[in-house]
Amino acid sequence: MSLYFLCLILFCIGLYCIVRKRNIIKIIIGLAIVEYAVNMFFVLIGYRIHGRAPILSEDQVIQNMVDPLPQALVLTTIVIGLAITAVLVSIAIRIYEKYGTFDITKIRRLKG
Amino acid sequence: MELHLILLFMIFASIVAVEMEDLISSVIALSAVGLGVSLAFLIAKAPNLAITQLVVEILCVVILIRATIKKELPLVKDGRWFFNTIATFLFLFCFLGFAYFALKELPNFGAPIMRVSAEYLATGLEKTGSTNLITAIALNFRNYDSLAEAVVLFASIIGVLTIARKIGKIHEK
Amino acid sequence: MKNNQAGMSLIVKTITRLTVGLILIYGIYIVLRGHISPGGGFAGGVIIALSFIHLMLAFGKNAVVKKINEPGCIFWASFGAVIFLFAIYLSFSGKRYFSGKEAHFKILSSGIIPLCDIAVSVLVGAGLFVIFYALILLAERKEEK
Repeated sequence: MSLYFLCLILFCIGLYCIVRKRNIIKIIIGLAIVEYAVNMFFVLIGYRIHGRAPILSEDQVIQNMVDPLPQALVLTTIVIGLAITAVLVSIAIRIYEKYGTFDITKIRRLKG
Repeated sequence: MELHLILLFMIFASIVAVEMEDLISSVIALSAVGLGVSLAFLIAKAPNLAITQLVVEILCVVILIRATIKKELPLVKDGRWFFNTIATFLFLFCFLGFAYFALKELPNFGAPIMRVSAEYLATGLEKTGSTNLITAIALNFRNYDSLAEAVVLFASIIGVLTIARKIGKIHEK
Repeated sequence: MKNNQAGMSLIVKTITRLTVGLILIYGIYIVLRGHISPGGGFAGGVIIALSFIHLMLAFGKNAVVKKINEPGCIFWASFGAVIFLFAIYLSFSGKRYFSGKEAHFKILSSGIIPLCDIAVSVLVGAGLFVIFYALILLAERKEEK
């Protein structure tokens, strides 16, 4: 229970970074922190005390395994998060090319 | 116990990443958070995810460092800076308060309800023949999710190639 | 920001020549053993993309642009998606091999899963390399202005 709460505190730190920072690269860093926190939360939901990894081996019969379903879903989520970060970075570089700055308050005032 | 320590390390590293003024230092602190996530996946018995998270975080940091050029802009204390910060903290505090009541409804940590997963674990080997059950779930039982992930990757490739193309002549000022 | 025309220093170039082939082979190993040990198609695809990106970072943009062109990489990404669809079509055919009920713990086991693994790794690897390539060209254009 306290582990879930620590994951949500990490989520809130990333959310604070997205809302309050002026540099676009800092906003992208905040989004990456939010995504790490959410992936961890999913995997920790499926954990079982004294469980084993869900991979069978040749000579032993494993009885109690952790929950494999959240792990299979998070596997694709991690790669999709990377694709989202790449698109955001390309948008940021284009904004710098057009306006000459990374500051989001200045971007609002200039007419392009 | 180890999971608590790794989560505290990640919270500390993320506070460093958020508050540092130099952009390259904060990107490297972000990679420390990613390493903590990979270690936590290893302790939570998910080796598939630990490998994937490690290499994806390396690629994310490489892409971010290629884009950072200048230092962080100084925090401008104009007008309503104080009110904005207090409002953000108040919102986050309310969010965590509601989250505490919602988290009580989840099953206890370490005793998940495994109705569908118990069936996958019991019949996974004989139905698919693969001994890595996570690959069996992600590429056989739930293959549509992998197909949709390929679609999302293609969409992001098209997005990046469209944003990064040359548009004729760049107009001079 | 350093000029990426000539790449990095001599030490980095020497180490890259020695290790980039090993990284590629390690990625292929993780993909092929996706159904026996931890790994799978997604992690292996990212490692394959990382080996090419390593070449590009160490030797500079111009040395790699001459050898690998962009429509070729997009062709490989689409090829991976087509092989994925072909593997799904094969599993509908009902032959006994594709239901995966024999020969556990070997590479040629478990039905369509190795074929799907290889297809996903080619798709993810080529796709991520194309994204990085386009970002490098965009960043170079930003520095020239």
